[in-house]
Amino acid sequence: MMNYLKMAFRNLGRNRRRTVLSALALSIGLALILFIAAFYEGEVRSSMESTLRLDSGHIQIRGADYDPDKLSVAWEYLIENPEQVAAQVEALDQVQVATPRLIASGIVAVRDESSGVQIMGVDPASSANDPYREGMISGNFPTADDREGILIGLPLAENLGLEVGDQLNLLVNTSNGTVDEQLFTVRGIFTTGVTIYDKGTVFLPLAKAQAFSGAENRASFIFILLKDREQTDSVAAALQSPNYQVKTWTELNEILVFLEDFSNAYLFILNLIVMGVTATVIVNTLVMAVFERTREIGILTAIGMKGRQIIALFLVEAGVLALIGLAFGLLLGWGFSAYFGKFGIYFGDLGISGMLLEDRIYTYLTLEDTINLTIFSFIITILASLYPARLASRMEPVEALHGSN
Amino acid sequence: MEVAKLTDVTRIYKIGEMETRALNGITMTIESGEFTSLVGPSGSGKTTLLQLIGCLDKPTSGQIIINGQDTTKLNRNQRADLRKGTIGFVFQFFALIPTLTAYENVEMPLLLNNKNGGERKKRVMELLEAVDMTSHSHHRPDQLSGGQQQRIAVARALATDPKMILADEPTANLDTENGQQVMDIMAKLNKETGTTFVFATHDPRVIKYARRVVTLVDGLIDANGKGQNAGKTAKS
Repeated sequence: MMNYLKMAFRNLGRNRRRTVLSALALSIGLALILFIAAFYEGEVRSSMESTLRLDSGHIQIRGADYDPDKLSVAWEYLIENPEQVAAQVEALDQVQVATPRLIASGIVAVRDESSGVQIMGVDPASSANDPYREGMISGNFPTADDREGILIGLPLAENLGLEVGDQLNLLVNTSNGTVDEQLFTVRGIFTTGVTIYDKGTVFLPLAKAQAFSGAENRASFIFILLKDREQTDSVAAALQSPNYQVKTWTELNEILVFLEDFSNAYLFILNLIVMGVTATVIVNTLVMAVFERTREIGILTAIGMKGRQIIALFLVEAGVLALIGLAFGLLLGWGFSAYFGKFGIYFGDLGISGMLLEDRIYTYLTLEDTINLTIFSFIITILASLYPARLASRMEPVEALHGSN
Repeated sequence: MEVAKLTDVTRIYKIGEMETRALNGITMTIESGEFTSLVGPSGSGKTTLLQLIGCLDKPTSGQIIINGQDTTKLNRNQRADLRKGTIGFVFQFFALIPTLTAYENVEMPLLLNNKNGGERKKRVMELLEAVDMTSHSHHRPDQLSGGQQQRIAVARALATDPKMILADEPTANLDTENGQQVMDIMAKLNKETGTTFVFATHDPRVIKYARRVVTLVDGLIDANGKGQNAGKTAKS
């Protein structure tokens, strides 16, 4: 083996430029698939985290007839005494927070401009609102007893030219099917980094939202975050009741879950394409090497080297080339992923419905992806080098000895 | 004792529809310890005959027995095994592996025969000394002259202590002095070790070293006084 290694190193050193270019092709190939994996992982993680924290939570308890698409606050769709239900849920050990939320559809109007929004009534004291509190740009989160204050997102504020202290007119579809309106004062402006969400959501204290929409002591659902997402199914099972719908995050985010599952197959095909292109470079390099070394192969065969030993010689050479190229590719891929993991890549509002994506995607390279993709690239390289290796091993000694060198 | 026995051996090359008969029914034996020269004009079949004796190629018909084994019944790997242990080669071009040093080139057949490190080192040093190349052991082929390369090739051919060494025009690319040195070494090793040498050549300076000369004409052994046993009249 040592001698194969020695010969492999020396053979690779014969045409250094070609070796460097081939290794570089491998490096770029691996770096690219690592970066794609890191980008995709970052995107899915970010989207999942945003969706769970901002929108769905881990579990939602809804009224038995609640239809989220209607955004209706008609009483028959809502949960009565929601704070009592939330308190019962929060008493469970696995639950981090449970809080009632009321969602109604409305329109924000300022001077001649208006924008359709989702009005979210929340308990300002709940830690479930931390993502908004942490994203405060200016002003404050309205207090529970605030009857005129509203919290709006940054893109909405920019579109309507609103600042903290400005007034806006808010129209709401009420429980009895009519429309009510009231002047509110902007208490604070927030950003979650998800433009589509920030543009379309305004917050009122739960009590005000209930009074304004006529929902009275009712909420659309109980928003539940667990200490450990893995316990979702067991907690959901414990919460089952004929009076409510208990929805888990996987049911609430079907597109996202599908995307996460689909990503493996999608990435595998993408990786095959990238490494397939890279492998052709390796095949080309080794085929050229075989033809350049035809006479040498003849000599080795003449002194008794068998076909499988010739194959081993070329496979070791491909292996050494792969190790050099992949080591550099690993550094390159890791470096890019680390850089964009820290600074992110700005995409702005992609406007994809069914998932909440931050404007900036932060790459995330997992150790599992790093190991799997490096091994995958190595295997593809070795498989690709089988063709030139077999080509060399099948040369007839007499013909090989008359070959050029 | 016979090292090689050929019976009615033919070799026909087919290129498209055209057939070229390189050998037309050769029958000969090579005894152990011979120093035999295959001579004849270009195209007479010398190299083809050498390749068949060396199991590098298979005859179209006939039988070739090397060291007691019928080579026509051996597969590719079995022929490689036979070559590895029984036959050494010296080629017209200086057939060394360019990426290996002189030492490593001589060591290669020993590696293929799975000799251990100590045995290899001892044997390689013996051979380098025998061809007077000890001082160049760490030189790569491109740092050696043609004559020096051919001496290394002779040492490599002898590495596994083969029964027979086949040399195809071993001096063709060497000047007179280097050619003579190489032939002197081969003759000396033949005498000292008893290894059989068969070389194809049309160089009269080489033929004079042979103790037996086999002349080929148009793929046949010339029976006109220069056939199988013609070598008995050559210089011994």
